Amino acid sequence: MAFVTPSTTADRYDVIVVGSGAGGGQAVYTLTMDGARVLLIEAGRNYDPRSETPMFQTNGAAPLRGAGTPDKPFGYYDATIDGGWTVPNEPYTNASTEEGREFKWWRARMLGGRTNHWARHALRNGPYDFKPYSRDGLGFDWPISYADVAPYYDKVEMLVGVYGMNDGLENTPNSPEGCLLPPPKARIGELYAAKHGRTVGLPVIALHRAVLTRPLDHRVLPAKLHPGNPKAQRVIAEDMQNRAACFWATACGRGCAIRANYQSTTVHLPPAIATGNLDILVNGMVREVAIDDTGKATGVIYVDKATGQEHRARARVVVLAASACETVRLLLNSKSNRFPQGLGNSNGLVGKYIMDTVGANWGGQIPALENYPSYNEDGAGGAHSYVPWWLYQEQLAGKLGFARGYHIEFGSGKGMPGSAPFVPDAGGRTSFGVRMKEDARRYYGSHMGFSGRGEMIPNEDSFCELDPAVKDTWGIPVLRFHWKWSPHEIRQAAHMQKTFADWVSAMGGKNFKAPLPDGTKAIEPGGFIIHEVGGTMMGATPQRSVTNSWAQAWDVKNVFVADGGVFVSNADKNPTLTIMALAWRTADRILSELRQGNL
Amino acid sequence: MNTPLPPRIDRRLAIKWMLAASAGAMLAHPLKLRAQGAAAPAGKGYGTDPDLMKPYKPGDFWPLTLTDAQRRDAAALCDVIIPAEGPNPSASSVGVVDFVDEWVSAPYPDNLKDRPVILEGLAWVAAAAQKRHGGAFADASDAQRLALCEEMAPEAPEPSELHAASKFFRRFRNLTAAGYFTTPPGMKDLGYVGNRPSATFDGPPPELIAKLGLTDEVKW
Repeated sequence: MAFVTPSTTADRYDVIVVGSGAGGGQAVYTLTMDGARVLLIEAGRNYDPRSETPMFQTNGAAPLRGAGTPDKPFGYYDATIDGGWTVPNEPYTNASTEEGREFKWWRARMLGGRTNHWARHALRNGPYDFKPYSRDGLGFDWPISYADVAPYYDKVEMLVGVYGMNDGLENTPNSPEGCLLPPPKARIGELYAAKHGRTVGLPVIALHRAVLTRPLDHRVLPAKLHPGNPKAQRVIAEDMQNRAACFWATACGRGCAIRANYQSTTVHLPPAIATGNLDILVNGMVREVAIDDTGKATGVIYVDKATGQEHRARARVVVLAASACETVRLLLNSKSNRFPQGLGNSNGLVGKYIMDTVGANWGGQIPALENYPSYNEDGAGGAHSYVPWWLYQEQLAGKLGFARGYHIEFGSGKGMPGSAPFVPDAGGRTSFGVRMKEDARRYYGSHMGFSGRGEMIPNEDSFCELDPAVKDTWGIPVLRFHWKWSPHEIRQAAHMQKTFADWVSAMGGKNFKAPLPDGTKAIEPGGFIIHEVGGTMMGATPQRSVTNSWAQAWDVKNVFVADGGVFVSNADKNPTLTIMALAWRTADRILSELRQGNL
Repeated sequence: MNTPLPPRIDRRLAIKWMLAASAGAMLAHPLKLRAQGAAAPAGKGYGTDPDLMKPYKPGDFWPLTLTDAQRRDAAALCDVIIPAEGPNPSASSVGVVDFVDEWVSAPYPDNLKDRPVILEGLAWVAAAAQKRHGGAFADASDAQRLALCEEMAPEAPEPSELHAASKFFRRFRNLTAAGYFTTPPGMKDLGYVGNRPSATFDGPPPELIAKLGLTDEVKW
């Protein structure tokens, strides 16, 4: 039985994993495939993408034509359940309400967590990204290098299915033969942007996204993923055959009933359940890690949200994958005589150095794309092209005024109509009648949107801690955030908008506004990009970090972190693929330590 | 014939005056407007876990609040903005009034912000039609409706006394367009051809690529 209740959990497990997103899903997968008995505890409700994904529903059948609301910030059909920048019953606070000092914390309370909603952008960190301090003297170096993580990037790409190409660009790693699936063809707007991007120095290449553009090769991949483990090979070979390739319709953000894209619930959990080694407990809000007299973790204490009752679950190892900040909260709430400052926090570093991604947006209208004949542009349900950071050398030479890079995500095309305006509002009369419809058809597909996604350098002013007064519905102390961008991020955001405006101009397009030199006007608030990492940083010494290079807590050897909390830097590359690669590596370490009796 | 004719008040000017007058009347009687339903709707939203698989229609989650008279005028406005055109239906015939009603009746911040804009605009339209034609906007002739809409869509820079009417009309136009282009006939009218599963994704048609001079850009 995969799904258990507080009264049907086993007496003791090999491993308890807290959180079922990218990190938790990967940890659960790796552990159960190798025979460990695992209890997965998820704070949200059960969720089955096969029966709950609104694949072909049109916005006309949604409330408010699918527009985003505080209940569903990314639109009615977004897969997120009980999530957003506010979550019922689970407040958080900010130390300052000053502009630029607030952090917005996005959560999703559902099996699979935020992997049900993400953009599926699956970029590898490059070699520079693990040693940023060595390169420019800012932030910290990771205790591991690209070479340590590369084999796990390979495995994750082969398991989840990632489309993309090897372009050999600086700090933008190629994948070995057999890892990537072919990318979908570029849409017309992407081709147009590529041509004119070149004139302003922008390399437009195939994006890497976790979507199957063809079925996974179930004859070849299982042996590469699980050498010497015939049972695991059999389980994953069978599961790969139950995942369909993309059928080129519907947006990935709704989730995927045919399991063509990566969600923890479409990729990690089904085979893990099939091993027979996994129990899943949903609606379980873990409050703290329980510790015995010797200072080892014995399991966790959690609240059953259905009844409000507290329960214990026991295991030899506890893996925290609750999301960077939720894991911090859990550790800080795990206070004991032995660890009065919270677990893993003897050096006071739990919660420090929280990083989000720098974001700035832009929009333009491209006359050359007016009135082009319609063709089906749904494609892979997201972008097919992007621009990786392209100014490494100029930046290293100190020519830019900010130390770290960004990549550009952009999009255009005749997507499914929703609630956004169809005719530009700016200037002239408000057209109506047949003229308005002609305008709508003319402009449809000619708008282009741009998002910069940049690296934030960790700083002393961006961290979270327990709020001394506020508690959630279950009486658990909540997080209080402190936030501040440094001039590096602010200048980077201004550079993004200037680049976008130049690109739109190069396309002969119209910018909706002029870029401002003041980046504080361009930068999105902290937390808005939903890439928060850090807070339980890994490091080479127990004085300077919370976990070692295996994501194992320095203070408690049978507690591991498998989410973005262990990140030492937050490269411009979207963090999910790296979270999965590190979680796999950590789970491998746990398995080997368990075998050797070290835990 | 040596006495010049007095200048005629032109149509545009007359309507500007009427709109300004009715706007003033509204401001003087805020309670009257509230009585017509401008108070914030009491309904709750759909929550953070609605059933996404269920087909939905306006009114299922929160009550619709426009009066019959407001709905009739809204329908007439919708159809000036999107009239029937060849095989394409008019906005009101595909449920756009229900959508506008749903939008202004919803309990969310964006909707609460739009609600007074739309309700006051509908009140101005009703007052202007009453003064000019002695009846409801919905009962005015096609030419009269068209004329009033043209007044609400002035050339830039818009006269300040028309600001509120113009803001209303732009918002109402955008809501009408959203309501219409998200229906099956509206999507067809606009040229949306997606949402169909297919075995392959073939990318843009070669002739389109060639026409835009992008043949060399096809790298994969």
